[in-house]
Amino acid sequence: METVLVLADRHSADGGVCRSSDALLTVARRLGAPAAVLCGPADAESVAALGRYGAQAIYAIPSPACGDYTVFMGVEALVRLAAQLRPVAILIAAGHTGQEVAGRLAVRLDCGLITDAVDLWMGPQGPVAVHEALAGSYLVESRVIRGIPVHTVKTEAICAEPAPAEPVVSNVEIVLPARPPAARVVAQIPRSGPQADLSASAVVVAGGSGIGSQDSFELVEKVAQALGGCAGGSHTATALGWCPRSRQIDQVGQVVHPLLYLAMGVSGSVRHRAGMQSAKTVVAIDRDPHAPIFGLADFGIVGDLHQVVPELLAEIHRRKNSSEA
Amino acid sequence: MRIAVLVKHVPCAPGGLVFAADHTLSRAGRRGQLNEADAGAVELAWRIALRHHNAQITAVTMGPAEAKVALQRALVLGADEGIHIQDEKLSGSDALATSRVLAAAVQRIGFDLVLCGAASSDSGMAVVPAMVAERLGVAALCFADSVRAADGRVEIRRHDGHGAQILAAELPAVVSVTQRCAVPRYPRFAAIMQARHKLVRTWSLSRLGIDRSDAGLAAAAATVQAVRPATGKKRVVIECEAPAAAVQLADFLAERDFL
Repeated sequence: METVLVLADRHSADGGVCRSSDALLTVARRLGAPAAVLCGPADAESVAALGRYGAQAIYAIPSPACGDYTVFMGVEALVRLAAQLRPVAILIAAGHTGQEVAGRLAVRLDCGLITDAVDLWMGPQGPVAVHEALAGSYLVESRVIRGIPVHTVKTEAICAEPAPAEPVVSNVEIVLPARPPAARVVAQIPRSGPQADLSASAVVVAGGSGIGSQDSFELVEKVAQALGGCAGGSHTATALGWCPRSRQIDQVGQVVHPLLYLAMGVSGSVRHRAGMQSAKTVVAIDRDPHAPIFGLADFGIVGDLHQVVPELLAEIHRRKNSSEA
Repeated sequence: MRIAVLVKHVPCAPGGLVFAADHTLSRAGRRGQLNEADAGAVELAWRIALRHHNAQITAVTMGPAEAKVALQRALVLGADEGIHIQDEKLSGSDALATSRVLAAAVQRIGFDLVLCGAASSDSGMAVVPAMVAERLGVAALCFADSVRAADGRVEIRRHDGHGAQILAAELPAVVSVTQRCAVPRYPRFAAIMQARHKLVRTWSLSRLGIDRSDAGLAAAAATVQAVRPATGKKRVVIECEAPAAAVQLADFLAERDFL
């Protein structure tokens, strides 16, 4: 099977492999045998994380300059490995660094680049990438016709599935020139406070004025806990003091793009929708059948949330217990 | 100090845009404007130029005759001169070809700093700045939310998913800016009048020494095989007793792997 090169991102804070790599490896398995390129030394934890999602080979760049010159090292390693392995495709997570690596790589290898893929599969003439155009109103299927296809992938659009493999680890030695033609990362300022997990969370549960009181707001927390997500509130809920200002989800508060957004007692005003409309799946529970949130919801329940939500919690609990038993 | 600002002419509002038979966006007959992030880049260039002796700001655009509108706007907002790269072979150019043309133009005029918007509002691949930097062999600092350029060094701040990052590089460098970086001033009438007398040069591909077969749709390294409208999501709204509703919701969540 032909190799697919995947550039694994690492967290700037703790050096762990980002979850985006799981999605990249999942997609890579559809195209061939995934080989991950890792900026920095291959520690046991990273190797295990990449192996869990099917990396058959890992090429680590042990240079200490990886932290400051991530883009430069990534490009140099990928150029060298591309010449050596002739991969069927190169996948990079879309993002600030990913976009720059991909752009530079496409110029160096003079090969086609397709950005922001939301889906990828192997066609008869090579990998086919799907990306959104005109604010998501069109889906465009395209294919690279010159050189090794380079793709940046919107990893949040991919559902990562594990497929354990035993990766073979090897090192790629890249020497940093005295004056590298690249930008240096001077400082990393971590985001502090609870909002960090809210806007990056895969599951967000939000409560609005329909919750009714501070005490009932616990329901939101409980559902969030049951689904392994984060709790937030609409501007009404924060204005009434039911939930902290840092967890306000709307245009001026936190803008979230989770895989699942569960709105409880939220009517869905324009400003609230501006903060959550990119959520992949929206579930709404509200008493008012004409609430605008139902216009966005994939699944809506018209009813009293004080009755529905405890039932839902019980049902989730029951299913978890039965699956463990 | 020589500052080159790369600007793009984009359709005013994306609403109602359609794909043509060759899978390119049909922009013909639509009113266009200067891409907003690029307008911010011109403003930033003007602010940097205020602090430097003999700073010269050149706005560079590539596109059909209508792209003059964007160039003119850049001149109103503070660019000193404009370069319009116009050639019938350019239509349908991909990011690789676009970066080749822009890098050749910037190389020709000479530069200490290249500024541009981080992404265009119509296609928005956001890779052209990095590609231009690669072709020029200089550092790229992309998606800047704020920029400081002084003493032969440029420093930017940007937000990534996990917080803020500060990047620095020696000049010459390419910097791409988001709309947060600088808001263009509302131009004075005098600035609008003066802009009419600023020099705009029109260059063709042969003037830049680029082979005509290296640009346009025919030279594209990727091809679109299908375009389909995104189908609307299927929406389900139920109204029933609480226990039944909860079970249905749990089924829905389990189907999508959230339980």
